[in-house]
Amino acid sequence: MKKRLSAAPFAVWMGIFTVVPMAIVLWFAFTDENGAFTLRNIAEIWQYSGTYVDSIWMGALATVICLVLAYPLALSIARKAEHVQRTMVMIVMLPMWMNFLLRTYAWMSLLEENGLINHLLGQIGLHWSIINTDAAVVLGMVYNFLPFMILPLYSVMAKMDNRVIEAAQDLGSNNWQILRRVILPLSAPGIVSGVTMVFVPAVSTFVISKLLGGSKYMMIGDVIESMFMGDGCNYNVGAALSLVLMVLMLICMSLMRRVDNGEDELGGMMA
Amino acid sequence: MGENKIIELKNIAVSFDGEPVLKNLDLSISDGEFVTLLGPSGCGKTTTLRIIGGFVEPDEGDVFFDGKRVNDLPAHKRTVNTIFQRYALFPHLNVYENVAFGMRVQKKPNDEIKETVARMLKLVNLVGFEKRSVSTLSGGQQQRVAIARALANNPRVLLLDEPLAALDLKLRKDMQTELKNIQKSLGISFIYVTHDQEEALSMSDTVVVMNNGEIQQIGTPQDIYNEPKNAFVADFIGESNILDGVMIQDYLVEFFGRQFSCLDAGFEPNEPVDVVIRPEDIDIVEPVKGTLTGKVTNVTFKGVHYETIVDFKGFKWLIQTTDYYPVGSVIGIVLNPEDIHIMKKSEYSGMFGDYSSYSEEFDELGDPEAGLAEDAGEGEE
Repeated sequence: MKKRLSAAPFAVWMGIFTVVPMAIVLWFAFTDENGAFTLRNIAEIWQYSGTYVDSIWMGALATVICLVLAYPLALSIARKAEHVQRTMVMIVMLPMWMNFLLRTYAWMSLLEENGLINHLLGQIGLHWSIINTDAAVVLGMVYNFLPFMILPLYSVMAKMDNRVIEAAQDLGSNNWQILRRVILPLSAPGIVSGVTMVFVPAVSTFVISKLLGGSKYMMIGDVIESMFMGDGCNYNVGAALSLVLMVLMLICMSLMRRVDNGEDELGGMMA
Repeated sequence: MGENKIIELKNIAVSFDGEPVLKNLDLSISDGEFVTLLGPSGCGKTTTLRIIGGFVEPDEGDVFFDGKRVNDLPAHKRTVNTIFQRYALFPHLNVYENVAFGMRVQKKPNDEIKETVARMLKLVNLVGFEKRSVSTLSGGQQQRVAIARALANNPRVLLLDEPLAALDLKLRKDMQTELKNIQKSLGISFIYVTHDQEEALSMSDTVVVMNNGEIQQIGTPQDIYNEPKNAFVADFIGESNILDGVMIQDYLVEFFGRQFSCLDAGFEPNEPVDVVIRPEDIDIVEPVKGTLTGKVTNVTFKGVHYETIVDFKGFKWLIQTTDYYPVGSVIGIVLNPEDIHIMKKSEYSGMFGDYSSYSEEFDELGDPEAGLAEDAGEGEE
């Protein structure tokens, strides 16, 4: 009874800011402008199926790049002396103290046709047209979301018992075998939460794609934003788009989890 | 026990952050020998074990396996396996896969793995636990998995780092017997690290007593107990009354102003020595018949015997006796030549053996948790 009572503030919070808005999204998604039930909004979404695929693809790409960059980094931080670890984690978090929008604007001016990078490249006679491409958007995602991959990986790895690694070594494992048979499976929870924390905001971002991807609606986030802001706004289609995005992301995440669990079992059997 | 030396450590020195941990350590271990490294926490015993296991590289000196220098050989290429403090089982694998780990790494065929795991689990009495997750096992069961996992690799030498420290007394005793039996039946060398002198005495062929990064004495359990080399060993192994004496001549020692015949020889005439008298060797007699008389100042009932503290001219002796002498009574004692052990003076002379501070010392010895807390510290070595 007491436990339930102490959870009450959170329950109220959840009710007001999560359950009710979700219900509103649902209601908008399945009604027309007069408030009558309709499936037309959902049907209209088909025209954006390409954008959905692009968004998920770019989000997935950014997530994979983040994972590949973050994993060895997190591992090397976790194996350093404790005071070095603290400093390095600080450095990882440092960019997050700056405003997200500001960081992305900074990249914009760096990557521009006449930006700093091209200015420097120009000195040696090169030019790199990257602004307003998918690559620029993925770069922006990786830059912005990398800390969200590093931190959960690091916190799992820092808790890993060094004696377990020594035991693997003792039983004849070389460094690669230790990584594959011990460190990788033990860090799986960190991988899952890191991937979740990067993939979800990456797929639904609209700021990064807007600033670095140019004027076209590259990501589904941009489309959703346009449905709520500006001239052609349509709350009902916007809500339906959001709803479908939510469902798609849930499917992606549960697939990911299944692969992860499956690998665990497979790893167990083959290990 | 084979006479060929399987492991030799020569002039090993190690320091961590400028603190010397091992100084000039020489040690050799025979094939099939059960060797125990015994000492208080921080004495360097775990570091010695980690040098043999390949986890610590000595700053100076050489490590030999079968006469071959292996200083630079990494842990995973050594034919030794370790049982770690608190087991270090793989939490993501079940019992079967934990035991199979070493063989998987070596890419052994599945049939062989299956056969070996079954044999190992039988050896440690864990048949039927194959599919269990290691986190659901009790401490004793986890310990058995750790033993099976290490032995499944077919090591020439098994290193055991305080393997029983986390178990309760009863289980510890059972596991001592079991480990000794396993060692005998496999015929491989065990190098066993412990701070528990009783464990060391009851299991080992050879005991290596260490303190402050140096070996104090190497010998059979009987040697170590009956002929301690210095006051540290005498005090650390069992209980001892250690007093100042003078070796008048061979087989004659003087202390408390009296001369006693003893079994020791080979000292300079009139050489100052430490005299060790074990509390259980002292015979209590009527005051008039005793060679020394003293007054009882403290009595504690211990079950098997009474721990009686007796004041002899200001020096307090511990005497273990099955007869009860109340506090304040005056008793006499008789010392036979075989009860008196003579040691050369050492840096430890005068540091141990007076039971004036008896009760505190016993609190510490009687409290297994105190020992555990020290272990945790030692892991950092």
